[in-house]
Amino acid sequence: MRPVLLWTDGLIFLLVAGLIAFVVLVRRHEHLRAPWRKVAANPVAVAAAIVLLFFTAIAILDSVHFRLALPAGPSGAVHYSPEVKSVLDVLSGPLAEQQEKSYSAPFATHLFSRETVTLPDGRQLRTYPRLRYGGASLHDPERGRSGDILMRTAEGLAGGALVWLMLWLGLKPVYGKAASRRTIANTLLALCLISGFLVALATHYHVFGTDKVGQDVLYITLKSIRTGVLIGALTTLVTLPLSIGLGVSAGYFGGRVDDAVQYLYTTLNAIPGVLLIAAAVLIMQTQLESHPGWFETGTERADLRLLFLCLILGMTSWTGLARLLRGETLKVRELDYVMAARAFGVSDVRILLRHILPNIQHIVLISVVMDFSGLVLAEAVLSYIGVGVDPTMSSFGNMINGARLELAREPVVWWQLAAAFVFMFVLVLSANLFADSVQDAMDPRSRRNA
Amino acid sequence: MIAYLIRRLLYALPILLGVNLLTFALFFLVNTPDDMARLHLGVKRVTPDAVEKWKAARGYDKPLFVNARADGLGKVTDTIFFDKSLSMFAFHFGVSDDDRDIANEIKTRMWPSLAIALPTFVIGLMVNVSVALILIFFRRTYVEWSGVVALVALMSVSGLFYIIGGQFLFAKVWQLAPISGYQSGLNAARFVWLPILVGIVGGVGSGARWYRTLFLEEANKDYVRTARAKGLSETAVLFRHILKNGMVPILTGAVAVFPLLFMGSLILESFFGIPGLGSYTINAINSQDFAIVRAMVFLGAVLYIVGLILTDVSYTLVDPRVRLS
Repeated sequence: MRPVLLWTDGLIFLLVAGLIAFVVLVRRHEHLRAPWRKVAANPVAVAAAIVLLFFTAIAILDSVHFRLALPAGPSGAVHYSPEVKSVLDVLSGPLAEQQEKSYSAPFATHLFSRETVTLPDGRQLRTYPRLRYGGASLHDPERGRSGDILMRTAEGLAGGALVWLMLWLGLKPVYGKAASRRTIANTLLALCLISGFLVALATHYHVFGTDKVGQDVLYITLKSIRTGVLIGALTTLVTLPLSIGLGVSAGYFGGRVDDAVQYLYTTLNAIPGVLLIAAAVLIMQTQLESHPGWFETGTERADLRLLFLCLILGMTSWTGLARLLRGETLKVRELDYVMAARAFGVSDVRILLRHILPNIQHIVLISVVMDFSGLVLAEAVLSYIGVGVDPTMSSFGNMINGARLELAREPVVWWQLAAAFVFMFVLVLSANLFADSVQDAMDPRSRRNA
Repeated sequence: MIAYLIRRLLYALPILLGVNLLTFALFFLVNTPDDMARLHLGVKRVTPDAVEKWKAARGYDKPLFVNARADGLGKVTDTIFFDKSLSMFAFHFGVSDDDRDIANEIKTRMWPSLAIALPTFVIGLMVNVSVALILIFFRRTYVEWSGVVALVALMSVSGLFYIIGGQFLFAKVWQLAPISGYQSGLNAARFVWLPILVGIVGGVGSGARWYRTLFLEEANKDYVRTARAKGLSETAVLFRHILKNGMVPILTGAVAVFPLLFMGSLILESFFGIPGLGSYTINAINSQDFAIVRAMVFLGAVLYIVGLILTDVSYTLVDPRVRLS
C-alpha cells in the first residue's frame, strides 16, 4: 500500500488545520467567543452545523487516498495498482464492487429491463434477470423480500440507536450543559438512525438502486459529497487572500491603489460569470490535454481538473467580498483608534494587522459561509454545461446530468435524481441555515433588525 | 447630467479595453491559435500543414500585435489583436467556426431569448415583491416564520431540479406543454410559458428573501414609527410608506440587470430547446467555438456597463435627493 496525496487532499487538510487554529484562537478571546455563543444558542444553527460536520467528515474520509500494491511479479519489484482508493472506499466495503448489469430500482431484486436469458435446458426466455447482489441472499424474492427488509431495518435502527447512546454518553464532556443539548441529541439521533438503516441495508440491497452501468447509486452519492464540499471549501481558500489583500489595501491606502483595484474588479465583474468560467475551463482543458506528464493516473487527472476549477471559481468570485471589505475598511480607517495608532507612528502593516483586520473579520466570515452553498449549487450547473468537474469524477452535477434524460423512459428511472436531490438539498439547506444564523450573530446591522 | 453621462461613457472605455485584453490573453496567448486548430482537427495525427490551413482560413495566421511585414498603418491593423479583439468595439464579431456571421446570429436569436427572459424578470419581480410584502405584513407571526423557512428551502434546491421537475410534471405527466422547442410569432406562447414559470419559481427563494430584508430595514426606520404613531392603519403604512421607499433599491437593482436580459438564460434555454442567445452560448462552449464565446463575453461586458450607467440615472429619477455630478 502506498499513500497518495492528491493536490486537493493536501489543501483540504491544510484548510482543516486552519479551521482548528481558528477555533483555538476564538476560544482564547472572549470578544471573539461572544458571537459564536449566540450561534450555539440557536437550535437551528446547531442542527445545521452537526449535519455539515457529518458531511465534512465523509469528505475527509474520502480524501485519504492510497494505491494498493499488486501481487509481486516474477522480478520481485513491487508495482502499485493504477486505481487510487480512499478510506471511504474501504469503509463502504462491498458497495463499490457490487456492480450489476444496468439499471435496477431501489430495493429491487431484479433488473429494471427485460433481457434474453438462456435457461439451463437451452431454451431462451425474455425476462427480468435476478440481480447479482441486490437481495441475493433471498431464496424466494417474491415472498421473502419485505420481511427481510423489515428485519434488516429493525436491526439497523437498533444499531443506530446503540451508537447514538454511546456517542451521547461519550460526548458528554463536549456538550456539557449547553443550552441546545436537546437539539444536539435529536440531530445526532436522526443521523445515527439514518446511517444505521443505510449500513444495515446497503450491503444486501441497492438502497438507491443502480445506475446505467450498474453502479450502486448510494456509493456514487457518497463519493459526490467530497466533490461538493471541496468545491465549496477550496474555492474560499483562493478567494480569501485575493479579496482580503486587494479589498483592504484599496480601502486603506486609497489613491492609485484604490483606482487599480476598483478597475480590476469592475472589469472582472463586467464579464458574465459563467462565460468567464467556461472560457477559463476550456483553456485549462486544452492545457491538460497537451501536458499528459502532469498526472500519473486518471484520478490524478480528475483531481487536477478539480483543483483548477476551484482556482478559476476563486479567481472570478473574489470581487464581491473585495468590494465589501474596501467599503468597510474605508469606514474603519477613519476611526479614532486608527488615527491614534497612526499618530503614534505605528507602521501600516501593524495597523492593518492589529486594528483593521480584526474589525472586518466578521464580514469575511459571513461571506465564507454564505458562499459555500452557492458554490455547491454552481458545481451542478457548471457540470451540466460541460465545464465542471471531470466527467469521470462522481459529483452531484454529473449525477443529475446522467440521469435527467432517463426521465423520458417508461417507467421512469427516478432514483438517481432523487438521491442527488436529497443529499444536495440537505447539504445546501444546512449550509444556508448555518450561514443565516452566523450572519444574525455577527452582523450588527441585522441584529438591530431582529 | 449630460456631462456626467459622457464622463461615464468615457470611463467605460478602459473597462471594455480591459475585458478585451483579458479575453485576448486567454484566447490567444495562453491558448494559442495552434492549440485551437489542433483541438478542432483532432489532437492526434494532425499535420503542421493542416494547422496552417485552418489558421489561414480564419485569419489566425497573422502576428499577435505588430505585423512587421505590412507597411504603414497595416503594421498595427493587420494583426490578430486588431482584427479579432479591437474590431469588436465596432460590433464586428466575425464568423463562427461553421462560417456563420455572429452578429447576424445574435440579431435573430435575441428575440426568443427576450421572449423568455423579459416575462420571467417582470413577473418574477412582482411575485417576489408581493411575497416579501406578505411576509412583512405578518411580521412576528407563524406565517412569517414558516414563509422564511419555505424560502430558504426553495433556494436550497438546485435550479436544475426546478427545470427537470417542471418538464416532468407539466410536459410529460400532465402534457400541458411541449417538452421543448420553439416557434416564432404568437405560437411562441405555447412554448414559453413553462420556462417562464420555472424561471419564476426557481427565483422566488432568493429573490423574495432578499426583498424581505430590504423591506425589514425600511420597516425599522423612524418615519415608519411616526406613521404608526399618527394612527395610520398597518396597510397604509405598508403600502404608502414601506413599499414606496423599499422599492428604491429594488428598482435600481432591477435596472442594473435589465440589459443583461438580452443574453438570455443559459440553462433554461438549453433545457427547453429555445433558439436564443443562451443556448447559442452553451452550444459554442460545447463545440469549443472560441469566436462565439469571445463575442458573447464582449456583448455581456457592454450590457453590464450600460446597466451600471442606467442604475445611476434611475437613482436620480426615483430618489430626488440624489444628484449626478
